[in-house]
Amino acid sequence: MPTVVISGSSCRDFTHGESEFEVAATTFRQLVRELEQRFPGLGEHVEEYMAVAIDGVIYQDAYHAPLKPNSEIVLIPKIGAG
Amino acid sequence: MTFIGNKSDLRVVGTRPVRPDGVDKVTGRAVYGADATMPGQIIGKVLRSPHPHARIISIDTSKAEKLPGVKGVITSADIPNIPSEEAFVGEGPMNFRDLSLNCMARDKVLYEGHVVAAVAAINDAVADAALKLIDVKYEVLPHVIDVEEAMAPGAPILHDTLFTAGVTPKPTTPSNVAKQVRFTIGDVEAGFKQADVIVEQTYTTAPVHQAYIEPHACVAAIAADGQVLITASSQGHFMIRAYTAKLLGIDIANIRVTNAEIGGGFGGKTVVYLEPLAVALSKKSGRPVKMTMTREDVFRGTGPTSGGTIWVKVGATKDGKITAAQTVIKLQAGAFPGSPINPALMCAFAMYDLANVDTLGYDVVSNRPKVAAYRAPGAPISSFAAESAIDDLARKLGMDPIELRLKNAAKQGSKTVYGVTHGVIGYEEVLNAAKAHPHWTAPLGKNQGRGLATGFWFNIGGESTGGVFINEDGTASVVTGSPDIGGSRASMAMMAAEVLGIPYEKVRAVIPDTASIGFTHVTGGSRVTYATGMAVTQAAQAVVEDLKKRAAMIWDISPEAVEWKDGEAVPAGANAGGFDPLPLAAIALKAAKTGGPIGSEISVNAQGAGPGFGAHICDVEVDPETGHTTILRYTAVQDVGRAIHPAYVEGQIQGGAVQGIGWALNEEYIYNKKGHMDNAGFLDYRIPVASDLPMIEAVLVEVPNTRHPFGVRGVGEVPIVPPMAAVRNAIRGALDLELFHLPMSPPRVRAAVDAAKAPKAAE
Amino acid sequence: MSKIHVETTINGEPMEFLANPGESLLDALRNTLNLTGTKEGCGSGDCGACTVIIDGRMTCSCLVLAVEAGGHEITTIEGIAQGDTLHPIQQKFLENAALQCGFCTPGFIVATKALLDKNPNPTETEIRFWLAGNLCRCTGYDKIVRAVQDAAAEMRGG
Ligand code: FES
Ligand code: FES
Repeated sequence: MPTVVISGSSCRDFTHGESEFEVAATTFRQLVRELEQRFPGLGEHVEEYMAVAIDGVIYQDAYHAPLKPNSEIVLIPKIGAG
Repeated sequence: MTFIGNKSDLRVVGTRPVRPDGVDKVTGRAVYGADATMPGQIIGKVLRSPHPHARIISIDTSKAEKLPGVKGVITSADIPNIPSEEAFVGEGPMNFRDLSLNCMARDKVLYEGHVVAAVAAINDAVADAALKLIDVKYEVLPHVIDVEEAMAPGAPILHDTLFTAGVTPKPTTPSNVAKQVRFTIGDVEAGFKQADVIVEQTYTTAPVHQAYIEPHACVAAIAADGQVLITASSQGHFMIRAYTAKLLGIDIANIRVTNAEIGGGFGGKTVVYLEPLAVALSKKSGRPVKMTMTREDVFRGTGPTSGGTIWVKVGATKDGKITAAQTVIKLQAGAFPGSPINPALMCAFAMYDLANVDTLGYDVVSNRPKVAAYRAPGAPISSFAAESAIDDLARKLGMDPIELRLKNAAKQGSKTVYGVTHGVIGYEEVLNAAKAHPHWTAPLGKNQGRGLATGFWFNIGGESTGGVFINEDGTASVVTGSPDIGGSRASMAMMAAEVLGIPYEKVRAVIPDTASIGFTHVTGGSRVTYATGMAVTQAAQAVVEDLKKRAAMIWDISPEAVEWKDGEAVPAGANAGGFDPLPLAAIALKAAKTGGPIGSEISVNAQGAGPGFGAHICDVEVDPETGHTTILRYTAVQDVGRAIHPAYVEGQIQGGAVQGIGWALNEEYIYNKKGHMDNAGFLDYRIPVASDLPMIEAVLVEVPNTRHPFGVRGVGEVPIVPPMAAVRNAIRGALDLELFHLPMSPPRVRAAVDAAKAPKAAE
Repeated sequence: MSKIHVETTINGEPMEFLANPGESLLDALRNTLNLTGTKEGCGSGDCGACTVIIDGRMTCSCLVLAVEAGGHEITTIEGIAQGDTLHPIQQKFLENAALQCGFCTPGFIVATKALLDKNPNPTETEIRFWLAGNLCRCTGYDKIVRAVQDAAAEMRGG
C-alpha cells in the first residue's frame, strides 16, 4: 500500500500529529477520499491547498499521477511563482 | 512525450539566435503598458491614504464630480463587496476579498498609499484637481510597521477577523499573526546532542521591491453590452482576466485581455492593482480609461517582498557532518496575510542531506503594502540566514566551505524537511563546478574577501497552452499564452524549429489575447520554458505526425512507412519505395488536398518541474573607513537542466544575481515614525547601477530534467537565492566582520568595523 | 493656461507642436507626438528610461520642459536606425541578448549613442560610469556592457 508522509503542520493538525501512515489507494482521487474518511477535513484540505510529491516528483495537480503499491506520497503546500 | 536526448543531435536548441521581438524593442516600436491607447480614452487616477492605519468615516466625492472635465469618481461603493474566498495566486494562498480590499479600501486603510477612491477625467490636470476635491474623513488608528512589534502583545490589530491559523486550541482573540507553520523531520534535540560545534544566530532582512523599471499601466473599456477590453502589462493576461472578473462579478467570457509588452515583473506583476479600477471607471464614465502608476505609486502601493527575522541554529560533528538544523522565521506579509512563509521554511536547508531539521514560521500582517511574489518567494530570506550560518560553521570547524557543503550535499534520494525525496538533482555537480572554477582559488588583496553561498528553488510547471501552425509556404507560427518577459518567444520558436526540423528563422512566435488561445498560467515560477515549452514541443510533435500522414497520402503509402528527418518526410527504408524526400514546404503546399490546414494546439498541466540549485562566488573589497563594499568579481554556477537559448539563461542568472547584490548592499524600505515610507523613489531606494558592478560570470551546468522533452529546468528564480549570503560571507572574509542584518549598507558595515575595534581599544 | 507653440527638430525632421507650460519633453514626445519609444520609469531623472540626445548631449527628457526643446535638435530612439537598417548599437544589443524585458533598452541605446559619438573607444569602466544613470533591473548590465564594447569596436571599423 502507498505510504502518506506529512512533515508540515497544516496537515498534521488534521491527523493529530500522525506523520506517516499507509492508505489503500490506487488513484489520487481514491487517496483524497481515504484521507477525508480517516481524518475529516484533510481530504478537502489536500484537494484545495496542497500539492503532493509522489516518489519525489512534485504534482501541483495530481489527478493524472500514477500511484504504485509502494509509492511514497508526501503532502506539501502548493508552490507559488515569482 | 519523448525525451530528445543527445545534445549532439540538436541543431537549434543551444544556439543563440536573435529574438523575434528584438527589432521592435531596440527601435522603440514595441508597445508596453503605458504605450497602449484606445480611441476616446480618458485618464484614471487614484487617491491614496496618507495614513498607515485609519478608519474611513466618510468619503465625499460631490465636489470632484462637479468639476468640469471629470467623467466619473469611484469608491468602494462602486466595487462589489465580495465574500471571503481562498484562492491560490502568485505567491501562494490568498483571499479574493483581500485582493479586492487591496485594490480599493472599504472600511479601513491599512497602509500609507492604500487606495480610497479613483477618478476619470479628460486629462491629467483635471484628474489631479479632482483628487484634491475628494474629502475623506479618517479616524486615525495606531499603526505598526515592524514584524516583531506587530507580534507583541498590545500591538495595534489590523483585522479583528484574523485569528492565528495553525495553533491549537483555536485562538479566541484576533492577532496580527495570520498563520503559524512548521515542517519537521527527525529529532533536532537529539541531533544537537551529537554535535561538537554549534552556531546560533538571529538575522534580519529588509523588505525589497521587485523594482521593475516599467510602472504598472493599463487601458480598459467596457461597452454597453458588458464586453470588456483590457490592454495591460502583466505577467499573465489570463490572470488579469480572472481577477478582474472575480473582483467585479463579470463573466470571464465577457473580458478580453491583450498583453502589452511587459517591462519587468519578477513576480510583482502576478496580481492586479489598476485593472478592476479602470474597468469600474470606464463603466462610470462610458469611456475607455487609461491608468498609469508613477514610480512613487509603485513603491507605496504595490508589493515588495517580505522582510523577516530569522533565527538559525546548526550543529555538526568535528569532521563536518551536520547533525541538526533549526530555524524560526517571522515574515512580514504587509497589510493582508500571505507572506511566502512556506517556501521560506522549505528552501532554507533543501541543499543538504539532513536527518534532523525543524523549521517554524509565522506569517505576520503589519501596516505596509501587501507583499507580492518576488523571484523564488521566501527562499532568499531564509537562505541568507542559513547560508551565513553554514559559512560560520565552516570557519568554526576550520573546513573549506565547499567541502563542508559537499560533505552534506543533497543528492538523489535525500529527504527534504518538507518530506519530499529529491530525484535527479545537480547540487553536487554545481558545487564541484564552483570548486573547479579558477575564481575559487584566485589570490585576494588587502581588505578583500571571498564568499560562497548556495541556493535552491523548486521550479513549477502548471497550465499552459501552445500552438504550432504550418503556413501555406512552409513557414510556421507558434502561439502561446505566456507573456514574454525575457526572451521566451525565442525559446518557444527554437523548440518548435528543432522538432519540425526547419530553420529558426522560418518560425515566428507570437502571444495572442485571452480570447485567441487556451488558458495559460502566469509567466513566473520559472515555468514558461518548462511548461509552455512542453506544450509547444508536443504541438510541434503532433504536427510532425500529421505531416508524415500527409506525405504518406501524397506518396500513396502507409503512414508507418514515413519518417521525419531534418524538416523532410523520407521513406522509412527501401521497402517503403524510392521517393525523393518531401520538404515541409512541399507538404504545406498540398495541405488543402491532403486534409486542410496543418496545425495543432496543445494544453498541458505540466508537473514534475525539476528543482534547480546554484552556487555563487563573490569577491569584495571593503573600505574600513567608509564601510563601502565593492563587488570585485562574481561567478554564478547553476544547474539549468538544459539551456534552450544559453544567452537568455545567462541573462536570467546575471540579472538575478545583481538583484540579490542590491538586496545585500543597498535596498530597503525606510519608514518614519508616522508610518510613511521615506524613500519612495529610485534616488533613495537605490538599486544597483552599471558602475557598481563587475561582469557577472554565469556558469551553466546541465543535468537534464528527464520530465521535459529537452531536459529543461526553470532558471529564473535560483539566482536570487545565494547572493545575500555570498556577499555577507565575502565581507566577513575581508574584514572578519560579523554582519547579521540586511542591507549591509556603508553605515552598517562602518558600525561593525567600529564594534570590532571597540573591545581592542578597551584593552 | 493656454498652450505654447514649440518648433523643434526631432530625428532630423522639423516638428511643431503645442505644449502646456509645465509639460515635460517626455510627455510631449509620448503623448503629443506619439513617439512612445522613449519610456518613463520614474519621471524624476533617476532611471534613464527617458534618455534622448539634445544638441549632442545625453539628457533625461523627463527633466526638460517641452517648451525648452524649441530650436534644438533632438534625437530619440526612433531616430537611431537608418530606415530599415539598424544602427550597430542596436544590432549588437540584439546579438548579445542585452535586453530581457526591453523597457530600459531605448534609454540605454540612446545613451550609448551619445557616448560613442564622443568617445569611440571607451574602457569598460568608462562605459559603466557613463551608463550609471540608466537603470536596468533585468540583465545585471553584463550583456549591455558587452554590447556597447562590441558596437564600439564595430563602429571603429574593428
Ligand atoms: S523617466 Fe526620466 S529618468 Fe526616469
Ligand atoms: S531589460 Fe528589463 S529593465 Fe533592462
